[in-house]
Amino acid sequence: MSAPETMPWWIALPVAAFLLLGSTLTLLGALGLVRLKSFYDRLHAPALGTSWGAAAILIASLLSWSWLQDRVFIHELVIGICVMVTTPVTMMLLGRAALHRDRQDAPPPARETAQD
Amino acid sequence: MTTLLWFALSYAQIALALAACLAALRILLGPRAQDRVLALEALYVATMLLFIVTGMRMGTPFLFEAALVIAVAGFVSTVSAAKFLLRGEVIE
Amino acid sequence: MTRLFPHPLLTLALTLMWLMLTRFSLGHLLLGAAVAILAGLAFARLEPQPPRLRAIWPLIRLAAVVSVDILRSNWAVALRMLHDGGARPRRSGFVAIPLRLRDPVGLALLALVVAAIPGTVWIDYDPGTGVLLLHVFELQDAEALRAEICARYETRLLEAFG
Repeated sequence: MSAPETMPWWIALPVAAFLLLGSTLTLLGALGLVRLKSFYDRLHAPALGTSWGAAAILIASLLSWSWLQDRVFIHELVIGICVMVTTPVTMMLLGRAALHRDRQDAPPPARETAQD
Repeated sequence: MTTLLWFALSYAQIALALAACLAALRILLGPRAQDRVLALEALYVATMLLFIVTGMRMGTPFLFEAALVIAVAGFVSTVSAAKFLLRGEVIE
Repeated sequence: MTRLFPHPLLTLALTLMWLMLTRFSLGHLLLGAAVAILAGLAFARLEPQPPRLRAIWPLIRLAAVVSVDILRSNWAVALRMLHDGGARPRRSGFVAIPLRLRDPVGLALLALVVAAIPGTVWIDYDPGTGVLLLHVFELQDAEALRAEICARYETRLLEAFG
């Protein structure tokens, strides 16, 4: 078990900072998902978690694992690329689906008013 | 310095768990199907990050495999759900 | 050679990824290369012509510009999540952007950029007219946004893919 105790301060400090940044951004994104009023606004909320939220936590993990295992740990990179490439596909499909469904339901196309 | 790291790890775990709960709340609230699919996307991203942070805390690299599986499974499920909303059938 | 490796970059990247995810050994090198070659052949069935990249420098500059933009708009959108509906009301809306970029790989990269930047979501693209429909979280000036997307991202992708 674990080893974060042996970490020197100059690596623990950036790891802690990236962890705080990443988890706060993800939490704010989820908060926006609940708070915002219209669907198209909410579509922007998870982008906080998938862009810098995920990136910061992955950087923190990369730093700490590379220190602990004495080799560059690359799993984070694969996960990061996977998230980065797959999010646009989901968002694009969801946006198109929402527009399609709104056009089907209501004759005037969705503008920035709430379409709940 | 290690107390700072422990504090950051605990804070990250709590914040990510809270984010997953908020996303689950939006899944329950709806009101429409696309809201639920969007919240599912946020839920799986938060859960994946939570797995990574937990793996850092426990010192086991095996949770990465779980995180990778969550990322891929979450992507496939949200895309197929979104595709279903778009056309009403998943594979044309 | 080209029949066995229709997408050399894809095959190479997959082999490298396989080696990074496992521990390096000869057996894993052979297995990873076999999987990568099969994936390249399968991908050639889906996508007949490989992407033609004309220049790599515009892409590197694009990556630098985009990472700065992601930081900036992350900050702006995160603040908005905390104080939404405060003193300055926020307007969001749809913006239609006519694009000159037609290359599918270039468009895919543009979609990646737009999705990675919080505050813009790619909604729809019409391949006939080349008009892209975006939804913008905080819309102040649609004309300025159109010019910014063209200047910052599209011209560099045009340089790279033509």
